Amino acid sequence: MSMLKRAGLAAVLALGACAAPREQPAESPRLGAPLQPGAVAAWDISIPPSGAGLPSGSGSVKQGALVYEQKCAACHGVGGTGKPADVLVGGRGTLASKAPVRTVGSYWPYATTLFDYVRRAMPITNPLSLTNDEVYAVTAYVLNLNGIVDADATLDAQALPKVSMPNRDGFIDEWARAKR
Amino acid sequence: MPSVDRRGFLKVVLGVTPAALAGPASAQNLAGEEWERVYGTGFAPYGERSRFEQPVVRYLNQPYGSLAPGSGAAYSPLESLEGIITPSSLHSIRSHSGTPDIDPKRHQLVIHGLVAQPLTFSIEALSRYPMVTRTHFIECSGNSNRGLAPKPLQLPAGAIHGNMSCTEWTGIQLRLLLEEAGAQPQAKWLLAEGADSAHMSRSIPMEKALDDALIALYQNGERLRPEQGYPVRLLVPGYEGNMNVKWLRRIKLVETPMYTKDETSKYTDLLADGRALQFTFEMGPKSVITKPSSMMKLPSRGVYEISGLAWSGAGRVRKVDVSTDGGTTWREAALTGAERPKAFARFRLPWRWEGGEANLQSRTTDEKGNVQPARAAWLAQYSPGNSYHNNCIVTWAVAADGSVSHVYA
Repeated sequence: MSMLKRAGLAAVLALGACAAPREQPAESPRLGAPLQPGAVAAWDISIPPSGAGLPSGSGSVKQGALVYEQKCAACHGVGGTGKPADVLVGGRGTLASKAPVRTVGSYWPYATTLFDYVRRAMPITNPLSLTNDEVYAVTAYVLNLNGIVDADATLDAQALPKVSMPNRDGFIDEWARAKR
Repeated sequence: MPSVDRRGFLKVVLGVTPAALAGPASAQNLAGEEWERVYGTGFAPYGERSRFEQPVVRYLNQPYGSLAPGSGAAYSPLESLEGIITPSSLHSIRSHSGTPDIDPKRHQLVIHGLVAQPLTFSIEALSRYPMVTRTHFIECSGNSNRGLAPKPLQLPAGAIHGNMSCTEWTGIQLRLLLEEAGAQPQAKWLLAEGADSAHMSRSIPMEKALDDALIALYQNGERLRPEQGYPVRLLVPGYEGNMNVKWLRRIKLVETPMYTKDETSKYTDLLADGRALQFTFEMGPKSVITKPSSMMKLPSRGVYEISGLAWSGAGRVRKVDVSTDGGTTWREAALTGAERPKAFARFRLPWRWEGGEANLQSRTTDEKGNVQPARAAWLAQYSPGNSYHNNCIVTWAVAADGSVSHVYA
């Protein structure tokens, strides 16, 4: 090794000693496997307010009362009165009080969220077990308990996103506000 | 190998009886406790702390009791810990439907929605990606809601403020995976979803995903613990804990938020007029004195160190001021770890207790100039029913007898 090369190496080593290379923008090994379009549906259970992705099927308030009694009432109480799990009804007009009660009826801005949550997480002991008809039905029942849909209502992919929730305009989007 | 107890081992190998080592014959007046006179225990494949430290445990909050023992939270015992890294075994937990028992060979992470090509990643594949290591806190948005009870709860600091912890996380920068899937420009949000039985899901701004979000596989050098999201979790540093989706199974790129249960009915901050703030992601500047703190007792007058934790979701902690007179006068504390953004800093200040009453407070200022608010100022922002994002100044009162209690001031 020439003196010059040796001096250069020494300089590199010295530099390395005081400043390790910074974290580089990483290059991806690109190991993701293509997911076939047909495979997406089984994963894609999230339902936005537009209702995009709602499954086929339907359920009535009356059918929902039966589902609720069998699979929900043990935790949420007869008629959605709560205990030990969350209360599902009432609370309208309390949000600005000193003791606000936040329920599906008084607080939730979108009915699609109720469908989404029941389907993905309920009943807590056996989620993903309800049929789509049962999820529509129990959603209709809980909305009816809150006086939001009529007792003879039937919900499906078209009707659910059209349900108008009382607290729809009760939220201030802080993310959007900070961007403005 | 046949089982040979320690005494048998000593006899066989050393040719002496244990009595010769530890018995009266060796009783010279040399210092040495009994454990210095016997051979110690062998190695354990996985470490355990001293039996004398076993009382240091998380505080469990299980609002549904045995009906749903994994729904609720476990608080980190902050007052018994030091430094800035929470041990994985004492890291706070917040879960909605318990901890799933996930087989990493079967778990997949799917990325789809507004992408050129929907992809699925095995844990084996993810493990081959280039990784980064960061130290970050995770704080539940509902942390310190026990500090909002009508009367101050007399609980240890960790049982009130320990729904947060700070550890070292190692994982993949999320933007790498999003680029690989070919994220489309109209994707402004992503839905992150867990593989727990709640399928907990939150909408995350794409801006955050491309900034510093991590797909974490390791915590404190080992694979994630099940209760922390094994085998893979999302980390959105500085954002409310609920968004750091554990057991991550799916990311869907979308144009607008999905308005999931946990960003509408929960984790929205009610105002006095009945409206609520939504998408309040960043955790504000905050601190809590851990030593001395609620339920402790100063044994005598003299010199103490006031020590505690400070953090901010906006970045680094710039300074922590400490008051011993309920906020009338303040002194700046020394900081450890403040060079790390969105991580705990440890503050320390020497203090001489002369035996009188003292109200101890701490106040964080972060690098953006955000200041931890006084209790009255914080309360004035919200409905009395709001229990999220409580970052107000905490007061511990030292009485003349040295006992320390939780007070509102």
